[in-house]
Amino acid sequence: MASTIRVRAVASGDTTEVQSLIQHPMDSGFVKDAKGELIPPHHIEIVEFEHDGKKVFTAFWGPAVSKDPYVKFSFKGGKKGDDLKISWVDNKGASDSLTAKIQ
Amino acid sequence: MRRASWVATVVAALAAPLLASAAQPAGAPDPQADFKAFRSYFTQRFPSLKLSDFANGPYSMDEGLRKQWEAIEQFPPYEFALDKGKELFNTPFKNGKTYADCFPNKGLGIRQTYPYFDDKSGEVITLELAVNRCREANGEAPYDYVKDDMAAVTAYMAYTSRGKPMDIKIPKDSRALAAYEKGKEYFYTRRGQLNFSCASCHVQNPGQHIRTEVLAPALGILNAMPIYRSEWGSMGTISRRFMTCNSQVRGVPLKPQDENYRDVEYFLSYMANGLPVSGPGSRP
Amino acid sequence: MIEFRSGDVARRVMLKGVAAVAGLACVGVVDAVRTPVCAADAAGWPAEAFKQKSEADVIKALYAGKTAAASDKVKLDAPEIAENGAVVPISVATDLPDVTSISVLVLENPYTLAAHYKLPAGTAPAVSNRLKMAKTTKVVALVEAGGALHRAEKEVKVTVGGCGG
Repeated sequence: MASTIRVRAVASGDTTEVQSLIQHPMDSGFVKDAKGELIPPHHIEIVEFEHDGKKVFTAFWGPAVSKDPYVKFSFKGGKKGDDLKISWVDNKGASDSLTAKIQ
Repeated sequence: MRRASWVATVVAALAAPLLASAAQPAGAPDPQADFKAFRSYFTQRFPSLKLSDFANGPYSMDEGLRKQWEAIEQFPPYEFALDKGKELFNTPFKNGKTYADCFPNKGLGIRQTYPYFDDKSGEVITLELAVNRCREANGEAPYDYVKDDMAAVTAYMAYTSRGKPMDIKIPKDSRALAAYEKGKEYFYTRRGQLNFSCASCHVQNPGQHIRTEVLAPALGILNAMPIYRSEWGSMGTISRRFMTCNSQVRGVPLKPQDENYRDVEYFLSYMANGLPVSGPGSRP
Repeated sequence: MIEFRSGDVARRVMLKGVAAVAGLACVGVVDAVRTPVCAADAAGWPAEAFKQKSEADVIKALYAGKTAAASDKVKLDAPEIAENGAVVPISVATDLPDVTSISVLVLENPYTLAAHYKLPAGTAPAVSNRLKMAKTTKVVALVEAGGALHRAEKEVKVTVGGCGG
């Protein structure tokens, strides 16, 4: 199955800019389905970004983060060719991870 | 199956000029004259807009919306549909053939030539119709016309044409001209409880708000299709948008790929000739 | 969509190697709709903070004992009118030194805290994300820098609510 994680990590000088889009419904728990019943909350809770064995960014998300969530940040110390690991876990215990190369 | 209906179409087309707007002289359809008038109306109304920018719909009309759109385009929500579409496009059918076998140029970089008039069947063929005919000809079940897999595949095909100028042909064939005229008539006809025509919003009021939406100009309005609409939280095709527009003016939506929808798509796409394909797109 | 049975959860966690979901005690217990009865939040996720319904309560839960001071060094970029409340691009940036975390609050949402970001040393003090807003609201950015809490706010008009319907 294809990964739910898309990432673009680009190094420029000693700064790496990371953009990530994750496929996830991010159901808030406030929306009703066609039958009129509430769709239970189902959202990513933690996203972790690791470079060279170190955490460079951690996102704690609640139900107010948009569907197919996006995040952008930058960190120092990465260079082209390095691995960047992204992993997430949601409120139902599901998870996914991806290792991408910094461009 | 279509023979009887094209006769009816020609008969209707003869009556059409009488129903068309005041600017239309009675007599033979003249798409080129319409094209010039349509183009100059929009360029005169929005003189500071680059021609290609009309293909960006409401974002060409409102600075605040444009900023949000540019932020979202950095990593757009249709990315997943695009990846899925590419995978679907490249996956062979059960009989071993692929979409590449149905389309010119292996199906890549051709979206700007759709819809076209098929002189053999006497009808307007949209990209979606062609995709499903390809599937059926190869023993596969057709896709739902409005979203999901159809939107994914056409998103990929549109993406391979990004930047290419629309290149819609209306052959000197009375049936093609009739289809074009029917599409034009549909565009300018009022309908629904709100009694709006497509032109009411997209010719008379582009850039204005209707409740919460900023209206897109009719020029280039289909160039970004298929679209990921925040409102839908998913992808939708031209059929999907036409149907929801009909509902929004409290009219009865037609079936996807209804002849009227294909004809108005033909008309609008021809009007956008020269403007770049910008699809797939994001919209509010 | 992501579908799973509770029996799979522990196994999936091991396969993915994500250590965050420790302490799940839901082996083999499944209710009628196949939802694990024990669905537990990930370890480390600030569950209390995400339950709060006011800025003051979020600050108490996340930054015990601190008060936020308005700062023009916190740049909160948000649209004046959201094109759609379901997907509002929001960015927070600052040139304050020693930033350790950034939080984004949406005051009129059912739960105030939308997102909380931990930034280790070496990570730029800026983040961009996309949030849902139920209606016209103030958005508040909280930046924790050098142990102190700095604040900026901006109103976002929402005409089409982002919570569906």
